[in-house]
This record gives sequence, structure tokens and C-alpha cells, in this order.
Amino acid sequence: MRPSLQRYRNILDFALSSLLRRKGRNLALISVYTLVVFVIASLVFFVQALKREAHELLAQAPDMVVQRMVAGRHDPVPLAQVEAIRSIRGVDEVQARLWGYYYDPVFGGNLTVLATEDAALAPDAIWIGQGVARSMRVKEGDLIPLRGYDGQSTLFSIQKVLPESSELVSSDLVLMAPKDVRALFHFPEGLATDLAIQAGNPRELPTIAAKIVELFPDSRPILKSEILRTYEAVFDWRGGLMVVVLGSAVLSFIIFAWDKATGLSAEERKEIGVLKSLGWESSDVLLLKFWEGTVISVTAFLTGVLLAYAHVFFFSASLFEHALKGWSVLFPRFRLIPALDGYQLTVLFFLTVLPYTAATLVPSWRAATVDPDAAMRS
Amino acid sequence: MIELSQVVKTYQAGLATPFTAVDRVTLSIPAARLTVFKGPSGSGKTTLLTLIGCMARPTSGRIHLHGLAGDALPHLAPAEALEITSLPERFLTAIRRRTFGFIFQQFNLVRGISVLENVLLPTYPTGEDPRAVEARAVARLESLGLARHLRSSVDRLSGGEAQRVAIARALINDPAVIIADEPTAHLDSRLSEEFMDLMSQFKDAGKTLLITSHDPIVYDSDLADMVVEMRDGRVVSET
Amino acid sequence: MIQHPGILALLVASGIVSLLLAAAGWQGFRILRGWDLRSGSEVQLDLERRTYLVSTLVANALLIQILSLFLFIFTAEGLHNQFVGAMCAAGSLAVNAYGYPTLLMKVATCLLAGVWLVLHRADTQGYDYPLIRPKYLLLLILVPLVLTETWLQLSYLTGLKADVMTSCCGSLFGQGRQGFAAELAGLPPRLMQPVFWGTFAALLGAGFLLLRFRRGGGLFSALSLTFLLVAVTALISFFCLYIYELPTHHCPFCLLQREYGFVGYPLYATLLGGAIAGLGVGALAFFRDRESLTAVLPTLQAHLAWTTLLLAVIFTLIVGVWMALSPLRL
Repeated sequence: MRPSLQRYRNILDFALSSLLRRKGRNLALISVYTLVVFVIASLVFFVQALKREAHELLAQAPDMVVQRMVAGRHDPVPLAQVEAIRSIRGVDEVQARLWGYYYDPVFGGNLTVLATEDAALAPDAIWIGQGVARSMRVKEGDLIPLRGYDGQSTLFSIQKVLPESSELVSSDLVLMAPKDVRALFHFPEGLATDLAIQAGNPRELPTIAAKIVELFPDSRPILKSEILRTYEAVFDWRGGLMVVVLGSAVLSFIIFAWDKATGLSAEERKEIGVLKSLGWESSDVLLLKFWEGTVISVTAFLTGVLLAYAHVFFFSASLFEHALKGWSVLFPRFRLIPALDGYQLTVLFFLTVLPYTAATLVPSWRAATVDPDAAMRS
Repeated sequence: MIELSQVVKTYQAGLATPFTAVDRVTLSIPAARLTVFKGPSGSGKTTLLTLIGCMARPTSGRIHLHGLAGDALPHLAPAEALEITSLPERFLTAIRRRTFGFIFQQFNLVRGISVLENVLLPTYPTGEDPRAVEARAVARLESLGLARHLRSSVDRLSGGEAQRVAIARALINDPAVIIADEPTAHLDSRLSEEFMDLMSQFKDAGKTLLITSHDPIVYDSDLADMVVEMRDGRVVSET
Repeated sequence: MIQHPGILALLVASGIVSLLLAAAGWQGFRILRGWDLRSGSEVQLDLERRTYLVSTLVANALLIQILSLFLFIFTAEGLHNQFVGAMCAAGSLAVNAYGYPTLLMKVATCLLAGVWLVLHRADTQGYDYPLIRPKYLLLLILVPLVLTETWLQLSYLTGLKADVMTSCCGSLFGQGRQGFAAELAGLPPRLMQPVFWGTFAALLGAGFLLLRFRRGGGLFSALSLTFLLVAVTALISFFCLYIYELPTHHCPFCLLQREYGFVGYPLYATLLGGAIAGLGVGALAFFRDRESLTAVLPTLQAHLAWTTLLLAVIFTLIVGVWMALSPLRL
């Protein structure tokens, strides 16, 4: 090995051995460091996983949804609009959707009730999502009563519990025949909740939307890309808010690290004095300190990231689920799909390792410039 | 030869209590000889040795090393005189590494690591082939009768053994000059005599020896070619 | 927008870099003012110790700056779908007037900090701190540049407003903004091809001249900077077409994506590294007459020149192989 490389190796070896010699102190530092990485990493992974779920959810969503606005409120759309919109150039398909929210007083949550034309659905039967099955404690073949608009309960038999492929989509979903939806909500004939539109070329969507508004000035077209953007912004915003809150944790950690690094024990100061008197130069000691910092950072970073990974993807981020998801009580137990990407790791590295490194630079330099003759004078 | 002219070292200059540890010392120290610096504690002998040994830079004055520093600077022939007082730290360190070996009063072994590792410490920054230096260290330790302690921790050594480890460490880079600061302060008479025997071996091997001491075993020894007496930072007598 | 974790990371990084360099600049200023090598006073010894602090600070700042250069592009990339009309980082950067200036300043500060470290390396090899003055003067130039970059980046990031749906109006018809990628299409390949290969050949020639006859350090340096500029233009103009396998996609940023094997990282890293080493050769050429450096400078320059040449060849090999293997023919 070349001498310059061998020097790096020698000093790394010595850094490892001196870290081990001061186990107690370094373990305390690594534990706090790991905790900080763990919390921030959990958050970043969790937000990222939610974003990915949202993307998957929207992958099946229509390119554009058209709602009708009455007095600034969302109102049913006349089915007559379907034909008019279908005749706009670029529109592939228009589907009138019938759906609504059903509040269940027993367990206090909202269900999404959606009409389906699926021929496999038996009369008076429904399909339900995993979340519904869980909270109502029902399984396939059971009968459940749903209270209609007039207070009368109707019994439905559960024909199928939807598979768990991506729970966020179907967790709170109840699928039933259109006539049942209309009966349950007293939804008038000839109207739909909204219209789903598919376009051949997504680039034409803005033009199509403009034409729809021209035809029906009281309608509101919503593009899938806009929903996606909104989701992303909302998730980022919430996640970022948490990161900002956690910033104070990072800050106190930095102060802790600074303190640890500055409070060089008399023993350690003497040791560096000895090394310098033996022919170690300031830059050799700086390299030693650099290696020590690297070993500590790498250990804490990897441990923290692995723990956070387990926390988010195996234990469903139990620590801040409520802070971040919280739009329905029906999400209590869904598994996020594990995934890790370089960008998230880089961001984490920036948020945790860089502040630590910066905080230890000046103390390392102070340690490195101990006078070599200090060893003689003591 | 080491030549000092008008060397001054002042601490806390500019403050209310400046302290001049070494005051206008002019001296010639012959090569391959044993020179003893004696004087009460606080007389400046240790500070003087740190200045000669490139550990600290004098506040003023000049120190020349003649034919001792090897090829420390790229543009100098090894035999030329080298003026070390205005060199940056990295050059001083490079010179110190190859030219001076230090034996400290407190031995200054690093606790918690083995005897062998302690001896190898000065070689880490040089990046030399680790097998070669380790072989050298083992041979040196064996010649000092420490073969069975190679892997044991330095915390368990007796005073005499600890000093021999420190000596082995001082010699690992084969320096031309050995500097020992009060080497016999923590040794009984028998061990002090043994130490002086070792020094005589090194002197025979052509090393330049600089020793501070107020122990008569050292400064009255036949080995001492020159005794420099110091007081209050000044040289009082040279014999 | 500011709560996006990537944006936070960038702000943290630029805050740290500014802090480190401001501290280094202040130390540098003190060193410039109080420096007296002939003196062995405690003040001088203390200043010499501080040179270690400054170099540690600048080295760390440079490392963070290079990392954050890539994070910046990556973040812009990730944000593009929050802006109507932005197809990739090129679009995100064009969202407000500060995006591209920030990017350019980041590159410029990386180059300058790299050159500073080259000077520092040479300085440590001279026995009388031969470059102390030019080195710290350069540092005093670098500090305001980095602070400006931090300010630009802050303006860019805080100026980002996602085109989010509002309840009163569903659709935002973002036709006002144009995809910036198309505007960056650059010069026609017919012109850029010979220019690129010509610059490459000239760089190799100057390298030969420098390594064989120890002449033309300044020329080599200028050519290495030219090579950086020409290579980036060539990337946009025609190399990327082969990589994307599309005759019309001229984007310098999509290269960094997974779909293209992250080929952008080695490409930009080699260009940046080569330019730093090449500029270092030129910067050192100014000081070849300093007595304490005459023995070490030629070796250092040769190492740097080799680095530049090697990195330029690697860059050219990567794009060349990609061109040869690409099914696209212009």
C-alpha cells in the first residue's frame, strides 16, 4: 500500500481503538445521535410512503373529474351533460359516477359508498374494504344493516372483502349496486355525483377542461395532475411542519454534540499531547478526529435509518400516524409498502450528519492544535 | 552539531505577567556525545529541549541543525545546516519524527493499548509498511527484555518496564538525537544505573544524547561529555 | 413550500456552508493582517495554528457544497410536478428568476473552493508559507460569493409556490409558462460536434505540452475551463439525444435520473473535478517563481494535469460509448 493510503488506514485503526477505549462516553453520544436520525428518518420515510400510496391510488383515477357547483358548493351533475362532454374532441370516455359518504354511528367513522356496475355483484349484496371489515368486525357472508336517509335500516349481505393490495384505496370502501346507492341516500334519478373523463392525450386535458367550462359554466373540472400536486404539497407541508418541530430536537442534539466534543477530558487532551510529541502533526490529529466523527456518524446514521425503516414499514409508524394521516379513523392498520430511495437518504444525511459534522469541526481543531510540548510540561 | 544563538522563549508575552522560560541562550551541542542539562526545576532546561527538539518554536533567536535533519526539506542537501526556528509546524514535525526520539519524565505511554501498539504510535502518520515497522518494534522490545510483554496492556507494567517501552518507542524511527527529560526521576538507583548503561550503548552507536536531570547518577556519570547548568532560563556554566 | 424535506436540507446545508466560510473568512482576515513569519511570537504561532482551522473549514464547506449542488438539482427534479408546465428540473429551475443563477453560483463556488484547496496544498509544501497572501485574498473573494449563493438559493426556494388547486377554481390553466428544456436546445449538433472534439484534442495537446515540456500551464488551465463549458453545451446539444434516444429531448438534468442509469453523476463529476484540477494548474502557474515552491510545484502541477486529462478522457469515453451503442442516429 502507498504510504499516504497506509497513513489513512493506520489512523483509522487507531481511531477505532480509541473509540472503543472510551465506550461509555461514545455510546451515550451514539444513542442520542441514533435517536435523532431515527425520528427524522421515520418521518421522511412515512411521508414518502404516503405520497407513493397516493400516487398509486391516483394511478387508477380518471384523468379528469367534473363536478357541478351550486352556490359554491359541490352538487350532483345532470346525466344529460355526459353526451355533450363526450362529443368534445379528445375525450375518450365519460363515466357518470355515483358515490357518497356514509357515517356509521356505531363505530363513528365515514365509509365511502360507491356504485358499481360490476355484474359479479349479487343483488342486495355489497363488497367492502379491509378497514370496514375490521372496524365492523364482519366477514364474508355476514349481514350488516345500513341506516338510510329516512332512518330505516336495510340489511346487506357481504359478498366479498376487497383484497389488501393497496389498502389506502379500498380500506373504507363499500361497493353496491346503483339502485341501492340511490335508495340509501335518496339520490334523485338522472343525476350523478360527478363525471369521470378519460382523454386520449393527457396534454389536451387543459383544453378539454376549458371547453367543458365554456359549455357548462357552473361545472368544475379537476385534473388528476392537480390532485397529485395538491396531495404532494399537503404531504410535504405536513411532513415539513413536523421536521421543523423536530428541528429543535436537532438543535439541542447539536449543542449536545458540541459540548461532548469541546469537553475534551484531561485524559484525552493529554493523549493528544503525547501523540503530537511523538511526531503526529496537527493534520494527523485532525484526520484522527475526522475518522472518529465518521465512525460515529455512520454507526448512528445506519442504525437510525434501519430502526426507522422497521418502524415505518413493519410497525406502521405507530408514533406519528395520527399526526400525519388523520383524515379518517378507518386507516388504523394499513401496511405501507416498503421502499427506500437514495434521495430520501441524502436528505436525511443533510439534516442529521451535516449539522453534527459542522458542530464538531472547531472542537476537533482545538484538540488537534494542542501544543506538542504540553506532554513535556505536565 | 546543534547550534543555538540568542534563543529566547517567552510565554504570555503582552500580558501582565510575561514569563521568559529561556533567556538568550547561545550554545553549541556536539553530535554523538552525551550532554546533560542540570539545574533546579523551572530553570528552563526542559523548555530548551522542546525548542531543540522541534516541539515548540522560540520567540526569537536561531537554532541550526548541522547534518542531523536528513532530507527534511526538498531543496536542501542532507549535510547542510538547517535553520529550524521559522519553519511551519508540518516541517518541524517531519524533522522531529526522523531526527529526535523523546523519553519523557512521566513516560507518557497511552493507556489502554498494548506495549507493541504504544511503540508503533510514532509510525502511524508516516504510513510505512506496517510489517517492516512491526518487525523493527518487536526486535527493539526483545533487545530491551520486553518480549513477553508485547501484547499486554501498558497499565500493568512496572516503572522500569514502562520506561523501557518509552525508550523502544523513542527509537522506533531510528532518530539521530535522543532527548530524555528527567529520565531517572521515577527510578531507584539500580534502575537508574541500568538506564545509564543503555544510554552508553546508544552513545556507542553514534546517537547524540541530550538529558535533563538533577540526579548525580546522571550528571556525575563518566558518560556525560558536557554538563550545561541552567538557572532562571540562562546558561550558568558549561563544562 | 419551505417545509419540503429536500428544501429544508438545502437550506440547512447552505446555512452551514455560509457559516463555515464566514468563519474561515474572518480567520483569514486576521491571518492576513497579523502575519509575520519571521516572528516567533505567540500571536504568530496562534495564527499559524489557525491556518489549520481555515483549511479544515474550507475543505468541509467544499464537500458540502458539491453534495448540495447535486441535491439542488435532484430537489428541483422532484418538485417539477408541483408546477404546471414543468417537465423536469429544467422547468422547476425556471419557475422564478433565481433558479438558474443559484445553480451557476453553486458551480462557480465549487470551482473556486477547489482551486483554493489546490493553492492550500501547494502552500503546505513550501517551508515558508509561500502562498499565504494570495490564498487568503482568494478566500476573501470566495466568502461573499458563497453568501450571495446562499441568498440566491433562499430567494429561489422561498419564491416557489406550488400551483395547488383552490376551492373556488378547479383548474389552473398554466399556459403562461413554457417548458424551459426546449429553449435550452442549444446549438445544432452539426456545429457542436466538431467544436467538442476540437476542444478535447486541444486539451490533450496542451496536456502533452505541459507534461512533456513543462510549458503552457495557463493555456492548459484555460482549455480545461473551456472544456467544461463546451462539454456541457455538447451534452445539451447532442450527447443527451443519444442517451435519451430521442431526437428532440435536450435536457441536461434528466441524465441524473434512474432511467438513464444515473449516467449524469459520473459525467458531471468528471467535468467538475477536471475543471477544478485544470484551474489549479493555472493558479499554481502564477507562483512558479516562489523559491520555496520551485522543487514541488512541477510535481503537483503534473499530478493535477494528469487528473484533468484522465477525467476528460473518462467523460469522453462514457459519452462516446453511449453514442456508439445508442440506436439513435442523427
